[in-house]
Amino acid sequence: MFRNQYDTDVTTWSPTGRLFQVEYAMEAVKQGSAAIGLRSRSHVVLACVNKAQSELSSHQRKIFKVDDHIGVAIAGLTADGRVLSRYMRSESINHSFSYESPLPVGRLVVRLADKAQVCTQRSWKRPYGVGLLVGGLDESGAHLYYNCPSGNYFEYQAFAIGSRSQAAKTYLERRFEGFKESSREDLIKDAILAIRETLQGETLKSSLCTVSVLGVGEPFHFLDQETIQNVIDTFEKVPEQDEEAGEGEAEVAAGAAPAEQGGSGDQDVAPMEM
Amino acid sequence: MTFTIPIDNGDAVKNAEADSQRTLYPYVTGTSIVAIKYKDGVLMASDMGGSYGSTLRYKNIERVKAIGKHSLLGASGEISDFQEILRYLDELILNDNMWDDGNSLGPKEVHNYLTRVMYNRRNKFNPLWNTLVLGGIKNGESYLGMVSMIGVSFEDNHIATGFGNHLARPILRDEWHADLSFEDGVKLLEKCMRVLLYRDRSAINKFQKYIETVQIAKITEEGVTVSQPYSLKTFWEFQAFHNPTAGAEGSW
Repeated sequence: MFRNQYDTDVTTWSPTGRLFQVEYAMEAVKQGSAAIGLRSRSHVVLACVNKAQSELSSHQRKIFKVDDHIGVAIAGLTADGRVLSRYMRSESINHSFSYESPLPVGRLVVRLADKAQVCTQRSWKRPYGVGLLVGGLDESGAHLYYNCPSGNYFEYQAFAIGSRSQAAKTYLERRFEGFKESSREDLIKDAILAIRETLQGETLKSSLCTVSVLGVGEPFHFLDQETIQNVIDTFEKVPEQDEEAGEGEAEVAAGAAPAEQGGSGDQDVAPMEM
Repeated sequence: MTFTIPIDNGDAVKNAEADSQRTLYPYVTGTSIVAIKYKDGVLMASDMGGSYGSTLRYKNIERVKAIGKHSLLGASGEISDFQEILRYLDELILNDNMWDDGNSLGPKEVHNYLTRVMYNRRNKFNPLWNTLVLGGIKNGESYLGMVSMIGVSFEDNHIATGFGNHLARPILRDEWHADLSFEDGVKLLEKCMRVLLYRDRSAINKFQKYIETVQIAKITEEGVTVSQPYSLKTFWEFQAFHNPTAGAEGSW
């Protein structure tokens, strides 16, 4: 993307009918570290890569519980993500208070999208620089939505956002048709495998990822490190061979879509983005 | 029961209009509502009278209405407040339908919404003078609950309001059981309504000969069915009624 004379204000259209500020906001999402979501008929798994500013600091929280039946994973400007998570929690609890019933995910997502749209049509605002993977359960089953800074939202069987997400998406594209009938355990395994794709050769350890689950009869909660490590152990039995295969796949994926990768690694990531 | 609070007379300016804005007593009232869960859903019954004090002024008031696809709302107490509540619910259901997604407000959600409304009005000392009965069925699950004018709310297998609290509830406690058939459910409700007819002043006419109209509404998965108004058979030929003042000359 090049700088041009139509990209200063979010309220300025380009002659080709684009709002560049909104598109730049979507770029910010691509800079954040990867977040992945997948769903079956009865469960939704959200997983993300833990990235810390430095060895001295703790890692940023990218997955938030919105309610017992809704969770959200973010990528991009985490500050924006935190604010939107708070909004989602507020909407959810207000609905529960008035109707003593969980807020349907589809309705929450629409409110979120409408909130994002406002920021694309006010000259004194800027779009939110965060992409949200909203996973939740309601009467009509398990759902996974992706909310974009543009104010659009889409429903997915599985999706990945953030840097090196293309690798994960390729993995998910191959397997998503089976997800609907997947068991809870297989879904978790697929999520962790998808995370591994984004690591591009780094050894997969439970300390590197955060995984959360919600489903029928199972309120939103994080999996502990031990559980994650156990899942990793089931497929990382031959570490060297697996690693090589993983690296090969990631390279191919990276070659296929260079523009998506968001630069040459984490040195280019601005301090406020994770 | 009246809703007045002590006023500090020194503050005439503030108080001049304060009381005229709050509900003090009801004017046109409906009497009891009786409702039960049965095998296929919920049955609710009410008479069609609206009393103006001791006068049975209106004889064609429907005090049970369908709400959305899944619920029935019955009300005793002030009829105008009931109509106001119907307007609130109309808006609620309309907005719910406008989402046009697979979700809809069920009886539990409507009951809770009404509890919030009633309790909030009570806190402002301006109550909606009703006892509401909310019944319905959604996804195969029956639901029956009530909310009072001060926001007391609960669920149960059988509900009675007004005089029904005293006259119908003992009958329901004795004779209600799970999985009542439709016919048995109607019989049970009619038994309660008959007792109310005999003993609740606002459920009958002052003259010996009277016609009472009762409406029974049924809600199952198919939806809400409301029967045409009909009347119950009553019997007045008891020996004791032939010369009621036999034991007390001069009384009537």
